[in-house]
Amino acid sequence: MRKLIAHTEIEVNEEGYLTDFSQWTKEIGECIADENGVCLTDRHWEVISYIHEKHNKDEPLSIRGIKKSGVIDVKEFYSLFPGGPLKKATMIAGIPKPKSCI
Amino acid sequence: MMANHLVKKLPKKEWDITIVDQYKTHYYQPGFLFLPFDIYTTKQVKKNGEKFIPKRVRYVQEKIDLIQHEDNKVILEKGKELPYDVLIVATGTKIAPEEIEGMKGPKWYKNIFDFYTYEGAKALRNKLREWKGGKLVVHITEMPIKCPVAPLEFAFLADSFFKNKGMRDKVDITFVTPLSGAFTKPKATEALHYLLEEKGIKEVTDFNIERVDYENNKIIDYGDTEVEYDLLVTVPTNIGDAVIERSAMGDDLNFVPTNKGTLQTLQHENIFAIGDATNLPASKAGSVAHFEAEILTENILRYINNEPLKEDFDGHANCFIETGNGKALLIDFNYTHEPVEGTFPFPGVGPLQLLKESRSNHMGKMAFRWVYWNMLIKGVHIPFVSATMSEKGKHLETLNQ
Repeated sequence: MRKLIAHTEIEVNEEGYLTDFSQWTKEIGECIADENGVCLTDRHWEVISYIHEKHNKDEPLSIRGIKKSGVIDVKEFYSLFPGGPLKKATMIAGIPKPKSCI
Repeated sequence: MMANHLVKKLPKKEWDITIVDQYKTHYYQPGFLFLPFDIYTTKQVKKNGEKFIPKRVRYVQEKIDLIQHEDNKVILEKGKELPYDVLIVATGTKIAPEEIEGMKGPKWYKNIFDFYTYEGAKALRNKLREWKGGKLVVHITEMPIKCPVAPLEFAFLADSFFKNKGMRDKVDITFVTPLSGAFTKPKATEALHYLLEEKGIKEVTDFNIERVDYENNKIIDYGDTEVEYDLLVTVPTNIGDAVIERSAMGDDLNFVPTNKGTLQTLQHENIFAIGDATNLPASKAGSVAHFEAEILTENILRYINNEPLKEDFDGHANCFIETGNGKALLIDFNYTHEPVEGTFPFPGVGPLQLLKESRSNHMGKMAFRWVYWNMLIKGVHIPFVSATMSEKGKHLETLNQ
């Protein structure tokens, strides 16, 4: 479905995740963060760029991966993106929600 | 399974097949789900592995120290070297409760149990025989895990078990998962959520465990959510075998990076991987390994004949899900299709119903133990069930809603 965000029309799925990463911009990321009650700081952006890096390399994201990332520990990750940190951070970063296979 | 397939296909004079297995006993692992509830006996879940080794196949019962993949040889624990032309890695996955602080501590097998090992399932059976009730927490540590629906089946069977014992009112069952729903696929969650409500099973989702506070009987997640228990049945982190780590062949969890269509490992052309040992985004389940075996056999023959490999494996899985009270569900899915409703294996006829509870599905699950010992291990094709997923007889339009 389409959604108007940061004066731009983008494609999102029913949960609000961008379906086309090429439509993502920093402004869109900020607006999604805002909708989720997260105010982005430099620290958040460091984490988002780590997430983009993993996504570009086609490497799956997980809490275990975060633990070993050297970028952030899991406690801080939770405090930056309260609730479901992986779900929120990936939505803000404009990439699909991490899949867990059955 | 692979030896049974290949021994029939490879020319006797040109090929020697060796199986290296460190364990004497071959366990029927799906049976571990039933052992704690006294549905299966210990005898029903194990057999001597040697019985299943085909003639003409050398069977080496020893631990592997190292796979020296650069030199195409396997080094056994006692130092003997086994050179190979083609290697198939089938080292599986096992639990690693030591990954979580406090899990494998003084309360392990006292009021914290796993049921993914023979020892754990048996210890839990003894505990359940005398347990007087309280808070039962069924918990998944992190994904991926072997047989991802087993923890939920455990919760369903526990509900039946305590009902039959006349003590369901004394037991509070909570299902705790790191995922956003009890079922790992959204469509299945939608279709099957009623089961949890019907059985009065509480659900805690998005719970990423940090530690077990075994002194105060609670599990705590990174977001400081706490869940109290009297009896904790957990599925610890699943990791690949340590030999994969020692041989520098695995990812973070010791799973072997593998091409998801051909089953060739990404590291070496002459090494292939099958089953739980791979990092494929498919279920770690027996049915998956069975379907993989048919495709892998063909690809190994192609590799030997210098032909291009087929990218045929589609992640096909087929699982019965026990829902308690003598009923079960059946799901059939692959990398791209979630489980949907329909009939199986004959389109429109069944007799098995997909994604719906029925007694015939339960009978199917029970009959599976026979199929396992007599067909799967021996590499016999199951009639009417193809290695890749069939879209016939399925209500696939529901996917697009």
